[in-house]
Amino acid sequence: MIGWLLAISQALLFLLAAPLMAGWVKWLKCRLQNRKGPPPWQPYRDLAKLFGKEVVLAETASPVFRVAPYMVFSVTALAGSVVPLLTVGLPTSAIADVIVLIGFFALARFFLALAGMDVGTAFGGMGSSREMTISSLAEPALLLAVFTLAMTVASTNLSTVIAHLATEPPQLYPSFIFAALAMALVAVAETGRVPIDNPATHLELTMTHEAMILEYSSRHLALMEWAAMMKLLLYGVLLANLFIPWGVGLTFTPAAVGWGLLAITAKLFFLGIILAVTETSLAKMRLFRVPQYLSLAFILSLIGLLSHVILER
Amino acid sequence: MALHLAILAVLASLASALAPIPFHRSHRLLKGLAFLLLAISGIAAVTGGFLALFAEKPAELLLPVGLPWLHCHLRLDPLAGFFLAIIGLITLVVSLYGPTYVREYQGGPQPLLVLTLFTGLFVGGMYLLVLAADAFSFMASWEIMSVSSYFLVAFQHQHAKNRAAAFLYLLMAQVGGLCILLAYGVLAAFGDGFTFAAMASAQLDSSWSTIAFLLAFVGFGMKAGVVPLHVWLPQAHPVAPSHISALMSGVMLKVAVYGFIRFTYFLLGDILWQWGVLTLFIGSASALLGVLYALMQHDLKRLLAYHSVENIGIIYMGLGLSMIFAGSALPGLATLGLIAALYHCLNHAVFKSLLFLGAGAIIHQSHEHDLEQMGGLIRRMPVTAVCFLVGCISISALPPFNGFVSEWLTFQAALQGSALQGGVLSSLIPLAAAVLALTGALAAACFVKVYGIAFLGLPRSRHARKARIPQPAMLTAQGILAALCLVLGILPTWTVGVLNRIARDLLGHGLPEATAHGWLWLTPMDPRQASYGAPLTLLGIGLACLLAYLLLHPRKQTPIRTGAAWDCGFGPLSPRMQYTATAFSMPLRRVFRPVWSVSEGLEDTGTGRAYRLKIGDWAWLKVYQPLGALLLAAARRVTLIQGGNIRAYLAYSFFTLLFLLWVIV
Repeated sequence: MIGWLLAISQALLFLLAAPLMAGWVKWLKCRLQNRKGPPPWQPYRDLAKLFGKEVVLAETASPVFRVAPYMVFSVTALAGSVVPLLTVGLPTSAIADVIVLIGFFALARFFLALAGMDVGTAFGGMGSSREMTISSLAEPALLLAVFTLAMTVASTNLSTVIAHLATEPPQLYPSFIFAALAMALVAVAETGRVPIDNPATHLELTMTHEAMILEYSSRHLALMEWAAMMKLLLYGVLLANLFIPWGVGLTFTPAAVGWGLLAITAKLFFLGIILAVTETSLAKMRLFRVPQYLSLAFILSLIGLLSHVILER
Repeated sequence: MALHLAILAVLASLASALAPIPFHRSHRLLKGLAFLLLAISGIAAVTGGFLALFAEKPAELLLPVGLPWLHCHLRLDPLAGFFLAIIGLITLVVSLYGPTYVREYQGGPQPLLVLTLFTGLFVGGMYLLVLAADAFSFMASWEIMSVSSYFLVAFQHQHAKNRAAAFLYLLMAQVGGLCILLAYGVLAAFGDGFTFAAMASAQLDSSWSTIAFLLAFVGFGMKAGVVPLHVWLPQAHPVAPSHISALMSGVMLKVAVYGFIRFTYFLLGDILWQWGVLTLFIGSASALLGVLYALMQHDLKRLLAYHSVENIGIIYMGLGLSMIFAGSALPGLATLGLIAALYHCLNHAVFKSLLFLGAGAIIHQSHEHDLEQMGGLIRRMPVTAVCFLVGCISISALPPFNGFVSEWLTFQAALQGSALQGGVLSSLIPLAAAVLALTGALAAACFVKVYGIAFLGLPRSRHARKARIPQPAMLTAQGILAALCLVLGILPTWTVGVLNRIARDLLGHGLPEATAHGWLWLTPMDPRQASYGAPLTLLGIGLACLLAYLLLHPRKQTPIRTGAAWDCGFGPLSPRMQYTATAFSMPLRRVFRPVWSVSEGLEDTGTGRAYRLKIGDWAWLKVYQPLGALLLAAARRVTLIQGGNIRAYLAYSFFTLLFLLWVIV
């Protein structure tokens, strides 16, 4: 019972913390670029404002266009509720192992891309086409990186993997370094950050995610934006808790959960800094350079897997 | 009981072929009788198949027909029952869909009777094939299936393209049939006779059993359509009537997989891991190349046919993993791979038939095969749009639908590669998992394209603008399959529990853990290793959607304001400004360029210039065309002896006679 309560409150915390992470990265980026920047809690205000606005639909929009934001939002929220954020061993984590989690991402993306194609403008189709291209190259790299961990622990269950890695004495697996690098590259591509996509632009030559949601307004737009923020947080949590598992609560005691909260906050704080610094120092890449970037991620995860098989068995 | 129902199914399908012959003047009577009998056969086959799955021991029967020294042996074990149920299920749905669909061919150049006659024979041949327990009746029903489906492919033979596709299909079916015959020949030579029981007890050394395996692999692979033996598939499936395409793609390919499983697991028995490596490799190649070729198609049915190559590849990947584990004395993991493959057989039969029936509904209503001419169909055919969306999500292996479960099981099997001893093998198997991941992601891209271009956006042609809602029977057929996609997706534990019986029968080992934790949790090996709560996933998505809707939707309901889509201030948008199917797949075409033979450029059309793109299949261009040319050249050489001179012919006869006398005496 306490497990389920904790699982629900963790999922809620996840929902509510997502805008903060996005706001934190944005604020940092502005500081690094010598701008004043909105405060980190600005995304909450934006969401609240959007929820209060009136919906304007395109005349050519079909029901898919109106269903998609709810699907994207709820699937991403479900994905958030199965990832161990504060503690491991929650009952929700048995619903989905890491392959199902990647399946959730794919399902949300499927509806996002359909929504992009729905109105019948060139922008939407362009965004959907690019998104599906990028993700179809990123997904194998991500899975291979995850498999490296899964094979080390002989489990694809996220809770088991994290608990196993957190309890054993710290040791350096060479394969993990490659897997972590590959996963970081994929995370940047999948969450639409520089150098793959720029969340701050509406220039047609460069945008992917923004092109798909161009026709959205009001609460629909808010749900889409919120889902994107959750996805950013989700990848951050995955990177943080899989590769730096220490600090995650192993029991349901208040002390363990409290330490877990503190640990994940600290980890995300630093991940945000790393992301902001890389985004500031890199330029957006041409679309047709992206496959090279993603094949680098794939090769890295492949090296990780092979070094696991050769060195660590 | 089960076997009697199965025989009833065979008889009903044969009756559906023959009974309507006297009534061929009345279309109504002809259709009614033929499809009613077909539906009866479907119900009988599903019931019989289910009973066989739960039977204590396999039912056997010896029919006093066939060769004098080899009567027709029938046997219905869980494996046969499973495939019998798949055939019956799709046949039942097709017989619901067929009567309205074939209306299109009434009054056409071909009599409708041809269609119903060969449909009945085709389905009957498939039923008989899974029941057969000796090589003779197996081959006879295999040929009935092949030849009658040839006539179905060639049904609209006024188009030269259809004749060519049908001829290619027949040719490859015959070559494949020959290979299977030779494979049985090897077994029969070592065993005592042509019955399956005798063949299964044959003692083969590993080289002979490998020869038999390779022959069977080529023979069944040709029918199943694995790369590079797939070339007939994308040509034959699109030209057949859509409900026949659903039967061919959904069921006939599975019958080939059945033959392969029957031959390898049941008749050969002692599986070598090298066979598994070959199967896994060919399966991975089929899956990846199938989906990449599908991405480049914009003829809807051709695209779906290439996706059959992909899915057969995924099935072969599961089988390959299972064979590797079986050859390495890991029966538990072999069971996992086999169950994944069988589950995908069932899933593919359901969602591919659904997609072909959906494509048929589009073609029936808009007479368009080409994606580039469709668009906005969700407004014209909403029910078909929902069912088709379910099919698209299922085939893209997304939770919580059925395609995901079987791919998830295949992933789980692939992740157990570290249990193997060899370092090379255990590092290659996760690579197969990466190929599977790439395949799944590309399939999702492809079906976003299909659905986005065909159903969303604005209509791109007059036909698409004028499409009407299909008849209720057609919608019901699609609805049943769509519901099955969901049921098979959220209740995987029940299905795996049933498939366990087949695995126990074939490998002597089940997956006891898989269903040990209640119907909510699918745990193939151990709950700590991996678990998937499919019903909870659906519940979670539903709850989150509902909560988001309740909390975030405004209480005050005002009519939603609509406005024009953003046109950059340049004036009204036209359907021609939308992304096309070709444009959608362009980035991937650039990334994977060497995979296809691409020729593109601009050409003058007289009134202006047009973009031209031709995607060729390397297997066709580099293997089949040279081979065909070689055969033709050889045949020309042989015609030298055919001079038309009667004296020369007499001399041939004379020398042949002399030769024969010399041989005999």
